[in-house]
Amino acid sequence: MSSHKPPLYQIHHAAGADFTDFGGWKMPVSFDSIRTEHAAVRESVGVFDVSHMSEVSVRGPDATELMNVLTTNDVRALEPGDAQYSCVLDDRGVILDDIVVYRDPDQDGYLFVPNAGHGGQLTDRWITRAAERGLTVSVEDVSTEFGLLAVQGPDAVETVESVSSDSIANLSRFTTTRTEIAGSNCLVARTGYTGEDGFEIFVPSNDSASVWNAFDGVQPCGLGARDTLRLEAGLLLSGQDFDPNAEPRTPLEAGLGFVVDFSKPDFIGREPLCDLETEGPDETLVGLRIEGRAIARHGYSLHADGDRVGRVTSGTMSPTLEVPIALGYVDAAYADEGTELAVNVRDRDVDATVVGSRFLTSIGTETTEK
Amino acid sequence: MTFTTSDGLLYAESHEWVDDRADVVRIGITDFAQDELGDIVFVELPAEGVALERGEPFAVVESIKAVSDIYAPVSGTVTAVNETVSDRPELVNEHPFERGWLIELETTDELGHLLEPDEYREQI
Repeated sequence: MSSHKPPLYQIHHAAGADFTDFGGWKMPVSFDSIRTEHAAVRESVGVFDVSHMSEVSVRGPDATELMNVLTTNDVRALEPGDAQYSCVLDDRGVILDDIVVYRDPDQDGYLFVPNAGHGGQLTDRWITRAAERGLTVSVEDVSTEFGLLAVQGPDAVETVESVSSDSIANLSRFTTTRTEIAGSNCLVARTGYTGEDGFEIFVPSNDSASVWNAFDGVQPCGLGARDTLRLEAGLLLSGQDFDPNAEPRTPLEAGLGFVVDFSKPDFIGREPLCDLETEGPDETLVGLRIEGRAIARHGYSLHADGDRVGRVTSGTMSPTLEVPIALGYVDAAYADEGTELAVNVRDRDVDATVVGSRFLTSIGTETTEK
Repeated sequence: MTFTTSDGLLYAESHEWVDDRADVVRIGITDFAQDELGDIVFVELPAEGVALERGEPFAVVESIKAVSDIYAPVSGTVTAVNETVSDRPELVNEHPFERGWLIELETTDELGHLLEPDEYREQI
């Protein structure tokens, strides 16, 4: 499968980035080193090119109804300019993707952001379901029209403030505004995927370079640091921590119950989730602190008293906490914080402890020995 | 991207270097190899006295991105291991040819199969 190159590919290449294939895109995995980029975001500020993410536009008189049928959260709660984290489920209640829904600040409609490579299939799904229900909407995959930059870290506010024509400092978390950056009309959202304060900036695709260059001097960061940052914050990765084929999971198993609004009478996947909520899921996602000198990677088995009780979906060495961390699904009987498990790392068992998956809080408050 | 390839060392195609200028040979991984791996977080080294066959994995280097076996470029018996990199694995990234060395071997193996610095530069 050939990879799309983002509009900024040549700029990243000239900057000496290493690339990786991700969701059908050739994206920078690192510019300097994962540690350097990770530390920049935790301590000051970093800028990411995340133009591989998809964008889908939903407009028309029945846009709100359609969004509410196809997503788990309630979009009726959104004021113009508001953003909302949500899930898209299949009929079994299994997560197809996690998305952020933006209600247009200045038009009547929605823009939602699925993960890389998912724009086309979700657009088709929206169109099909609208036709089935006789809803009047216009749905369009607009992924190629937008570049997307993320400016993240404690200094993100002053960084974006210094290049935007309007003040963005008072923008609330999960809200958006339109402003000009480097002469380009951008949609700026106070959202992110790092556990830090920051912004995601939707840029007209052709203006990607001028807006990226407006952040010249800010540490450029690749997908490597994006992964270590999101994992420390306990944020899930679509296609890895859940996937309709390889890792079919409901939001209740994946710890995403908070984005499911059961007060909505009708959304796809609601019935199986209602049953599951009553019974409680057999397996749930937990955070793990690895007690030995190894990284627990995707697919490694988790054991308790010699029995297999689950498996790892994501793992890394936490650069901030200096301890290996992981996410994994375990039998609900072993999901309590403090439960001692073993992870099988290349034919040896390494001790692991169940901890809160918001690692920055659950481990960050402890003193970790080096 | 340009990588350092130290003169005076010999190189294996699997990206290890061999320093044969003393009675025992010293072995580590190249600048190219450490860059490929990225941020190294764990290094597992063999015990002293272990006998290694050429081509046999003797160490595991784990980075944030990946885990990789390191192969013995020559046969021999381990006479020393660099304990410092067990505690400070980032030394392999920072000084792959100096403080980031991995093991020393007593060897009677031929070295003819190893690459000269220029040959290795051609390869990377």
